[in-house]
Amino acid sequence: MAAEYDVSALRVEGLWKWFGPRCPRCSTGREEALERNYCPDCGTVYALRDLSFRLFEGEVLGVVGESGSGKSTILNCLYYDMEPSAGAAYLSSFEGGESDVFSVSAQAKRTVRNTLLGKVYQNALLGLKMGFSSISNVAEKLIASGDRNASRMEARAVELLGHVNIPPYRMRENPEFFSGGMQQRVQIAKALSNNPPVLLLDEVTTGLDLSVQAKVLDLVKQIQRELGISMLLVSHDLGVVRMLADRTVVMLNGKVVEAGLTDQILEDPQEPYTQELVHSML
Amino acid sequence: MNRERLYNFAFFDEGSKREVRRAILKAVAIPGYQVPFASREMPIARGWGTGGLQITLSLVGKEDVIKVIDQGADESVNAVSIKRLVVGTTGIRTTDDAREATIIQSRHRIPEFPLARGQILVLQVPMPEPLRFVESSEYATKRLHAEKEYSGAYLALFEEIMKYGRVATGADHPVLVHDRYVMAPSPIPRFDNPKMMRCEALILLGAGREKKIYAVPPFTKVASLDFEDHPFEVESLEGRRCRRCGAREVFMDEIIDDASGGAEYQCNDASYCASRTRARAGAPASGGG
Ligand SMILES: Nc1ncnc2c1ncn2[C@@H]1O[C@H](COP(=O)(O)OP(=O)(O)O)[C@@H](O)[C@H]1O
Ligand SMILES: [Mg+2]
Ligand SMILES: [Zn+2]
Repeated sequence: MAAEYDVSALRVEGLWKWFGPRCPRCSTGREEALERNYCPDCGTVYALRDLSFRLFEGEVLGVVGESGSGKSTILNCLYYDMEPSAGAAYLSSFEGGESDVFSVSAQAKRTVRNTLLGKVYQNALLGLKMGFSSISNVAEKLIASGDRNASRMEARAVELLGHVNIPPYRMRENPEFFSGGMQQRVQIAKALSNNPPVLLLDEVTTGLDLSVQAKVLDLVKQIQRELGISMLLVSHDLGVVRMLADRTVVMLNGKVVEAGLTDQILEDPQEPYTQELVHSML
Repeated sequence: MNRERLYNFAFFDEGSKREVRRAILKAVAIPGYQVPFASREMPIARGWGTGGLQITLSLVGKEDVIKVIDQGADESVNAVSIKRLVVGTTGIRTTDDAREATIIQSRHRIPEFPLARGQILVLQVPMPEPLRFVESSEYATKRLHAEKEYSGAYLALFEEIMKYGRVATGADHPVLVHDRYVMAPSPIPRFDNPKMMRCEALILLGAGREKKIYAVPPFTKVASLDFEDHPFEVESLEGRRCRRCGAREVFMDEIIDDASGGAEYQCNDASYCASRTRARAGAPASGGG
């Protein structure tokens, strides 16, 4: 098993993200200084605390944890929606995995975002331009990566939208008129437009009807099998992670409390917090 | 008491003029870049050419000859009131002839007679930000310009191709200036965009309400944005011929004949048309452009 996964598509090292001024009490980084994830003296919230993990090539890594544990913040930092406070990240597809993608030029960051990563947002309003056709939404990343051939981009968008089951007669419509499930599917098509080696998925099915959830999850699974893309799959729902993730990281208050093979974590959780989480699901 | 005593020459005090000129100099130094300036109160409502007027008033000298046009017309109410203000505060001469003017202030058109070295074209701009349609925040668009990140401008054109089968911008089709900044050329028809390319005259653009000045210095490269398989095209003029002067290759207004209901065409640039009509009356017709 391990031999199959000896290359990491993404390596995150010592990632920190805090919101607030910090003070002498909390800037020491000591565990006892904080209440859950915030400092009672200065109110600084520590969304991520010295987080490190690897996403291997071709695998789905699940990230679970209760609301507020820092899951979305990881993806926000990786996709440059937010600046990390400290830490580094390396993509094997970028400069041989030797350059920290957080500390390169603004232009290089755009290249990474537009060609090496795809992201599906929990809230489709953040991931799509609602006033533009679905085709244009998918083509946006192609345009951003420098394509200036309209018919080629149109063909690619139509192919991808077809792949995520958007009927041809709706492809020129704006996603603002679509159901939640359809909007997520347009987001998935957009995220895949440049064949990115790494896909970031933030609560793809949260807020959807149960029957729709199953369809979207099937789609993600199918794409993973066909394209072998490495996926970082964030969810507060252990069921989603159980269905899709090879390995899982359990988060609490901005830190990893347990990590391992998904089956192992679900069947034999080691940490009290994980045990509680797994039992609450059963 | 005469008017010259009521106002400073060209309305503004010298300090204000210097400030506008400083913005103009910066704009010329960075072609296509929008320079913020402290837009003044004017005796004309904002949105009625106050941006262009402030540029004109800060540059005009006693020897200048000015032409003011509004969508091709020298005699529109708007053009006349701007002319009246300039002449009333400077006493300079006006002209309708684009070749004779040293400063041409215009709304929505570039004259048909090619502009020459030494002339200044001042265009009035309602919306200077070409990326506003895809990005509403000024902070964000400033960053996009700084990083030369113009996907948004292309996305807007791509969307038109997807929805209408072709780029359907009626006017204000975005241009890339000096291979660096994407710029709104002001709501001129696409027909006028190529006139900016390596234009011999200095082109200054002013947005009074949005408080921006930008420029295309003489001989600057100005390319209209397009796609490989949808190259930029001007409006089709096929079969159009001016009913008065016989011109063909100029921008036309469509005129519906009340009696027959048929469409006829007439030069949009009124003074261009008039000078051709005069020439035809005086000399043998040249056959219409
Ligand atoms: N922009 C922000 N400003 C202040 N606090 C924030 C901001 N974004 C997230 N947080 C805080 O960071 C913590 C982690 O948030 P988030 O990553 O969204 O959690 P999750 O996705 O696991 O629910 C939470 O306590 C949240 O309130
Ligand atoms: Mg979240
Ligand atoms: Zn503190």
